[in-house]
Amino acid sequence: MLDREQVLKVAHLARLELTPAEEAQFTTQLGDILEYFEQLSQLDTSEVQPTARAIDVSNVTRPDQWEAYRDRDLIVQSAPAPETTLQGDFFKVPKIIGGED
Amino acid sequence: MTAATPAKATKTEYEAIIGLETHCQLSTETKIFSNSSTQFGSDPNTHIDPVCMGLPGTLPVLNEKVLEYAVKAGLALNCRIAPYSKFDRKQYFYPDLPKNYQISQYDLPIAEQGWLEIELTDDKGKPLLDESGKARTKTIGITRLHMEEDAGKLVHAGSDRLAGSTYSLVDYNRAGVPLVEIVSEPDLRSGQEAAEYAQELRRIMRYLGVSDGNMQEGSLRCDVNISVRPVGSNKFGTKVEIKNMNSFSAIQKAIDYEITRQIAAIESGERIIQETRLWDESSQRTFTMRVKEGSSDYRYFPEPDLGPIEVSSDQLTTWKSELPELPAAKRHRYETELGLSAYDARVLTDDRTMAEYFEAVIAAGGSAKPAANWIMGDISAYLNNEKQSIADIPLKPDSLAELIKLIEANTISNKIAKDVLPELLSQGGSAKALIEKRGLLQISDPKVIEAAIDQVIAANPSELEKYRGGKKNLLGFFVGQVMKATGGKADPKLTNQLLQKKLEG
Repeated sequence: MLDREQVLKVAHLARLELTPAEEAQFTTQLGDILEYFEQLSQLDTSEVQPTARAIDVSNVTRPDQWEAYRDRDLIVQSAPAPETTLQGDFFKVPKIIGGED
Repeated sequence: MTAATPAKATKTEYEAIIGLETHCQLSTETKIFSNSSTQFGSDPNTHIDPVCMGLPGTLPVLNEKVLEYAVKAGLALNCRIAPYSKFDRKQYFYPDLPKNYQISQYDLPIAEQGWLEIELTDDKGKPLLDESGKARTKTIGITRLHMEEDAGKLVHAGSDRLAGSTYSLVDYNRAGVPLVEIVSEPDLRSGQEAAEYAQELRRIMRYLGVSDGNMQEGSLRCDVNISVRPVGSNKFGTKVEIKNMNSFSAIQKAIDYEITRQIAAIESGERIIQETRLWDESSQRTFTMRVKEGSSDYRYFPEPDLGPIEVSSDQLTTWKSELPELPAAKRHRYETELGLSAYDARVLTDDRTMAEYFEAVIAAGGSAKPAANWIMGDISAYLNNEKQSIADIPLKPDSLAELIKLIEANTISNKIAKDVLPELLSQGGSAKALIEKRGLLQISDPKVIEAAIDQVIAANPSELEKYRGGKKNLLGFFVGQVMKATGGKADPKLTNQLLQKKLEG
């Protein structure tokens, strides 16, 4: 069963701040979802190979051919905070403390 | 061992256990999962598209060149290529990552269990030799090689480092640029070995043509994992990660600094904490960046948008057959088959175009040692001055081979060869034709040389007297005079013999 500790851990990893009410709510809701999936463990899968997808395809690739995306401006404009400087267009984000990964 | 002497007078000796994680940018035209350009140095956010920006409803598709390059890199590193491989999502939340996850490979990387061979060198980068005079080598294990996408770049706004700035700017041109991450076994023991490993990795990538390995532009980035322990202990010490080294010498210096720091900490009873440290080039030290979280925090899971990869044995055979001879194999061959020194073999094979030029000279009949000397000496000096690649100079390997053969046949002296080289380097053409045109063929006819000697002796009676009176070192003077009289073309060996005879009277 999912406990509040785990919810807080996941929230921390996702950089989310939860109110005490949300903590309780998500603990219940996420718990319900996990429990629902738990039903699957009633099945005997000892003879079934693990897979990550339902459709059996492999080696889907594309040629290394350059093609500029035409609506690039639209991507920039759709951002919550586009910022145009002398260097060009940027996406503005809250200041990051510490280094990049 | 480069480990510093412990500060206290205890007799404990330490060894460092070092492994490298290297990110290497693949030189494809387009990104790993979309058609945008990978061009470095463009205006910010000009090479973006819905896939690399993680917009809803988009589907990544693997660039076939990325797979080819990654497999070739894996083969060159003697890895086992996975018959079945897949991509996974690595979750972390940082604004350089538009999707909040990075598509990487987790438990089924494309290549595993390889090795590469490094040469052990002294602190000037010259190979150390074994008893038989060959370069001493060490095998470094490769744990794995996997494909992944790069993240974007944070540009700190305006007043940068000042506390006043309240936001950062992001450029996503680099987001989705293809990388291979290569993880070594903890087989390295010093800063020098680590720097040599990184250099060999770069040589291999460049030989393969799969990466330019440019550290300044971030095409090759090394993270170091390092711990120290008393020699003889089989327990590992606490591991520290170091980042932010953008040259091979920085890798070496950061590791040497860190070894000293960790030993000093242990000796003074401190506990080493598991953390990430940054190398600071200006102060030449490492400092804490952040305390490490456990790796399970990335919550990897299989990437549902990308199918698995199954490299067929036919495909593998084709790619294998396309691999060039790699630097380590060339070094061995130059040493054993061509009889070159470990140093010459190392210098000539550092760059593939230079090695190929050298081999073309040999194929055209030039002897190995003189060919090596010309290429590493006068020609390299010229290339450095002119900022040119050996592949682009007008002097072709055939012509250099011709020049070497002319010297060996005593048709010209080494000095004449040096005199005509600048013109050959800048104009190209046949060495023989140029020498004939300039009338520089060596004079090996004893009669002609004798005539010149007679003239010189007649013109310098007092020197002759002194010579005969015992000042034998005047021989050099006479040789010089004969050379002057013949425009430097007299066969030096013959001139010496004939002169001595004549001077003795």
